[in-house]
Amino acid sequence: MTCSVINQVAFSIKDLQISYGKEKVIKGIALDIQEKEVTAIIGPSGCGKSTFLKTLNRMIDTVPSSRVTGSICYRGQDIYAASTNVVALRHNVGMVFQKPNPFPKSIFDNIAFGPRLQGVRDKQKLKQIVESSLKRTALWDEVKDRLNSSAFSLSGGQQQRLCIARALAVEPDVILMDEPCSALDPIATAKIEDLIEELRKQYTIIIVTHNMQQAARVSQKTAFFLTGNVIEFGETAKIFTKPKEKKTEDYITGRFG
Amino acid sequence: MVKPEQLRNGKKLHISEMLGYGILLLFALSSVAVLVYFIGSIASRGLSSISWTFLTEVPRVGMTEGGIMPAIVGTIYVSLLTLAVSVPLGVGSAIYINEFSSQGLFNRIIRLSIRNIAGVPSIVFGLFGLGLFVAGMKLGQSLLAAAFTLGLMTYPVIVTTAEEALKAVPQSFRDGALALGATRWQAVRHQVLPAAIPGMATGAILGLGRAAGETAPILLTGAAYFLPRLPQGVTDQFMALPYHLFILATQHNQISVVRPLAYGTALVLLALVLLLNGAAIAIRLYYRKSKQW
Repeated sequence: MTCSVINQVAFSIKDLQISYGKEKVIKGIALDIQEKEVTAIIGPSGCGKSTFLKTLNRMIDTVPSSRVTGSICYRGQDIYAASTNVVALRHNVGMVFQKPNPFPKSIFDNIAFGPRLQGVRDKQKLKQIVESSLKRTALWDEVKDRLNSSAFSLSGGQQQRLCIARALAVEPDVILMDEPCSALDPIATAKIEDLIEELRKQYTIIIVTHNMQQAARVSQKTAFFLTGNVIEFGETAKIFTKPKEKKTEDYITGRFG
Repeated sequence: MVKPEQLRNGKKLHISEMLGYGILLLFALSSVAVLVYFIGSIASRGLSSISWTFLTEVPRVGMTEGGIMPAIVGTIYVSLLTLAVSVPLGVGSAIYINEFSSQGLFNRIIRLSIRNIAGVPSIVFGLFGLGLFVAGMKLGQSLLAAAFTLGLMTYPVIVTTAEEALKAVPQSFRDGALALGATRWQAVRHQVLPAAIPGMATGAILGLGRAAGETAPILLTGAAYFLPRLPQGVTDQFMALPYHLFILATQHNQISVVRPLAYGTALVLLALVLLLNGAAIAIRLYYRKSKQW
């Protein structure tokens, strides 16, 4: 399928189907994801939202039995075309995981890892990247005196902000977040949400969340997934106040899920 | 339901259970007993032979006097050379199997082969080494031929422990690296391998201990009956502790005269192997304590 650049659209997804072995997890969905906005993906467990997220930076390639058909266009490029440079795609489309997953290295080395992969060797330049990444995640003041301590000495919330800083250090365009607060306490969660609000000025953010209030608070668009289909996709304010679909209403009011 | 007054009636069961536990405990303790007896008996008979001369001088007067220095050094040489062969081979295989190959039939064949190599008797390895390295590749009876033979023999130990070490590295390290735009090799090289190295080191040292104590493979591929000097290079023959012990215990023409020397040699070999195992355990404990995930 051919892709064309659409103004202000980061991802244009058409007829996307994903299966694990014989089990079809995503059953043909279409979405356009706007740039410099937060798009929330909500839905009950097992509806395919994390799977969907993983296809956007092709992390799904690490699941051997997975099969993806249809098209995902990222700024005019079909990312499932044979000629796609997956490494370059992941430079542009960063990811933050459900559980904070810092490397067993120092805070500095965690953030410098990505830039080093891209060939940045200059110490001053690395320091600069580390500092600005930590500042953007509001972590700088908390860790500036111990950049050489292990990343595991940080609290869970700090670790997650470190992982976001690590993703920012490679200067991505899009950041995918897979339930980034599910392992965190409410205070740490609030900090991450503030951060998301701040980051969307510069980045396109797609966040999978189980927490409906969170989706309502942080996102501009919301997609409601159910058993591999997108039931409803639109302005977050509308989805949460006047959903068109009965199923959406049932889900957001807590009648199932 | 048990009546409340029956609750106190547990004595009978208690005794039979105690008996069962006792027997099992005995079985378990037998391992300790064997080791203690082993070390005790060899130490009590061998300790009198241990002296500075014994450890640092070459054998003299038909091996009835002097020391076993060439055998000690020979064993250390051949063990280290063995590691130089088996660690790259084993760690490389483990990385391929665990990180890169798809988990299909091909992978199963590799695993099956490794398991079967582990089951090959050591004398067969000796013959194999004699055929392939000594005669076939014309290395002659040498340190190199012996190291290749021992290297192949310790290869399964290294692969297995290296693979365990890689498996113990959380998938999230790999995912984290890949998501930042690392290639699979970069993820392995920078995040997975450093985290797996302590486990691999433990395996390598255990393999070293095994190589140091083997007789049959080196008997046919490079160990010298009597060579009162150090090997001059990797193509030279060498003396080794286990083979020297075998000679002193069964092949010498004055067996009763050299008996104390045989016990002394056994003690040195045992100490060397226990030391290596101790080092492996120490590494494991140290890293388990400092491990962060």
